[in-house]
Amino acid sequence: MAEMVSLTIDGLKIHAPAGTTILEAATDANIYIPHLCSNEELAPYGACRLCMVEITQGERARLVASCIFEVADGLEVKTNTERVLNVRRLVIELLLARNNKHPALRKIADELGVKETRFPIEQKGCILCGQCVRTCREVVGVSAIGFSGRGITRKVATPFMESPPDCIACGSCVYVCPVQFIPMKEENGVRTIMKYDYPMQKCRKCGQYFAPKKQLEYFSKITNLPLEHFETCVDCR
Amino acid sequence: MKTRVKKIIDKYHNDKGFLVPILQDVQKEYNYLNREALNLVSAFLEVPISQLYELGTFYKAFSLKPRGRHEMKLCTGTACHVRGVPLMKDNIERILQIQAGETTPDLEFTFETVNCLGACALGPILVVDGEYHGNLSISKTNRILKKLGKKVKIDEES
Repeated sequence: MAEMVSLTIDGLKIHAPAGTTILEAATDANIYIPHLCSNEELAPYGACRLCMVEITQGERARLVASCIFEVADGLEVKTNTERVLNVRRLVIELLLARNNKHPALRKIADELGVKETRFPIEQKGCILCGQCVRTCREVVGVSAIGFSGRGITRKVATPFMESPPDCIACGSCVYVCPVQFIPMKEENGVRTIMKYDYPMQKCRKCGQYFAPKKQLEYFSKITNLPLEHFETCVDCR
Repeated sequence: MKTRVKKIIDKYHNDKGFLVPILQDVQKEYNYLNREALNLVSAFLEVPISQLYELGTFYKAFSLKPRGRHEMKLCTGTACHVRGVPLMKDNIERILQIQAGETTPDLEFTFETVNCLGACALGPILVVDGEYHGNLSISKTNRILKKLGKKVKIDEES
């Protein structure tokens, strides 16, 4: 059992294990902090800056991203001060400039009372939360996609902007994306993610397409089991 | 190529922590981040190629395209700008027949603009292969280019 620390969030006394983040502690205490890039399956990252909170340690109050700031004894956290809300409004406006259509973003904007963004709308779609890239690296373990460029040219990219050689077509990036930016479809035994095609495997027993061939090859590689073992779908196994 | 890349990686004891210095050496060796070389680095160090691509596109010092034998960097900072750098930029672009940020097809010249070289007193300033040419003028750019490349045709000599 980890050492417990006690802190206050919005005046509420909370005990949380040392090493957890403010966001986790708040979520456990049913205190809502909006966030987009944080995912409990992934290492804390701090990209979207929506989860900013005001903390007081000793004399000074300052703003931190609650998804990367760890709880500490005697920490005083406020999640709803005017200062915090101002920052969040600005952040959501910046995010709306990248994507002003998606319901998830619109919902957060509504909560904050933001109707429209003052910034030119670029409609890029992707909000650069990095969940796809991090999932591919941390959960799937293949790191097929990454970022390219920086600043205004930063985007999620495949190596050399070509079909990613390490991709196993698992679709985790599609699943995890909070704004459904990465398209995926399955048709006639071919799964298409972004614009790249991956052939699917037919189940040896029922004859249904059930998983991408590359994913099964990857399973076979990491488990050291013969590929045939995976060529039967879960239902028939 | 395999041995050359291996040599660079050995220099850093196969340590993934030295990715940037390794890529710098690869860039020095091949003049740019050559794709096969990156694939070799990826295979030797067991670093995903996506991560190398990320680094290669993040830092301006890295180039994924071949660079010219001569590198020209023209300062477009405020002091240089007011002293007529845009005219010199146009002149160099016209002579090399490329836009700033590009490389000539014969791989002789790479011409780039930079935002400030911090040598405003010398402005307008052009750096050619690490050598600073201060108090630049259009005629000076003509002379510099002529000295560097015989293939470069200069119409007006001054």
